[in-house]
Amino acid sequence: MKKILVACGAGVVTSTAAMNKLQEELEKRGISTDEYKLGQASVAEVQSLASQYDMAITTTQYDNDAIKIPVINGLPLLTNIGVDTVIDKVVKELGL
Amino acid sequence: MSILSKELVFSQVKASTSDEVIHYLAEQLHQDGKVKDTFEQAVKDREKVYPTGLPTGKIAVAIPHTNVEYVNEAAIAFATLAEPVKFHNMAVTDQTVDAQVVVMLAMKNPHSQVSMLQKLMALFQDQALLAQLQQITDNEQLFKIVSEHI
Repeated sequence: MKKILVACGAGVVTSTAAMNKLQEELEKRGISTDEYKLGQASVAEVQSLASQYDMAITTTQYDNDAIKIPVINGLPLLTNIGVDTVIDKVVKELGL
Repeated sequence: MSILSKELVFSQVKASTSDEVIHYLAEQLHQDGKVKDTFEQAVKDREKVYPTGLPTGKIAVAIPHTNVEYVNEAAIAFATLAEPVKFHNMAVTDQTVDAQVVVMLAMKNPHSQVSMLQKLMALFQDQALLAQLQQITDNEQLFKIVSEHI
């Protein structure tokens, strides 16, 4: 079971929208919610939670060399522009 | 019940900075009792650290908001702007977008508002619809069209 952490500024509103889009896009590719698990957090929490996840998707700018898991910018999940590239990365990195 | 109300939809708002737009919309939400008096400052502070401009295309949007503790009752304040106003880009904070549609989100429990959030995001992705909204000069007409979509 792959675990993806979705983070935004406060970890509440924007990440909720991004999580839903992510779920919808993965479903379009035949990847059901049985195959992965989503978590939600503020970007400030990403570092402390990273070890429990396989990947983090942030809607805000996020640079932190201390993070050992792949971090993807998830803004396209909100704007829909370039969303395929984001989903490609998620699928590839996690082998979904 | 929809969290969009006629009293909180505004067409052609005149403002020259993101702070002015935030002030205007936060005040409307506050007058309507939807948010606490600390909401406005909290949104402004948060906007500086985690900006909310979304580069959705020619017509960009911004979704200023803050933590749930500043909110009394879930609501959104929806505005089109007379002139574009710069908001910093959510994902690349040293860049700006020219926002022409600003939707202030006062969320109490976003997970119970998921379908509204999704519809809002779909609306943001529809440049033709945004252009149509931008042309409307009457609050009631704007409410009517927006409420058909979210």
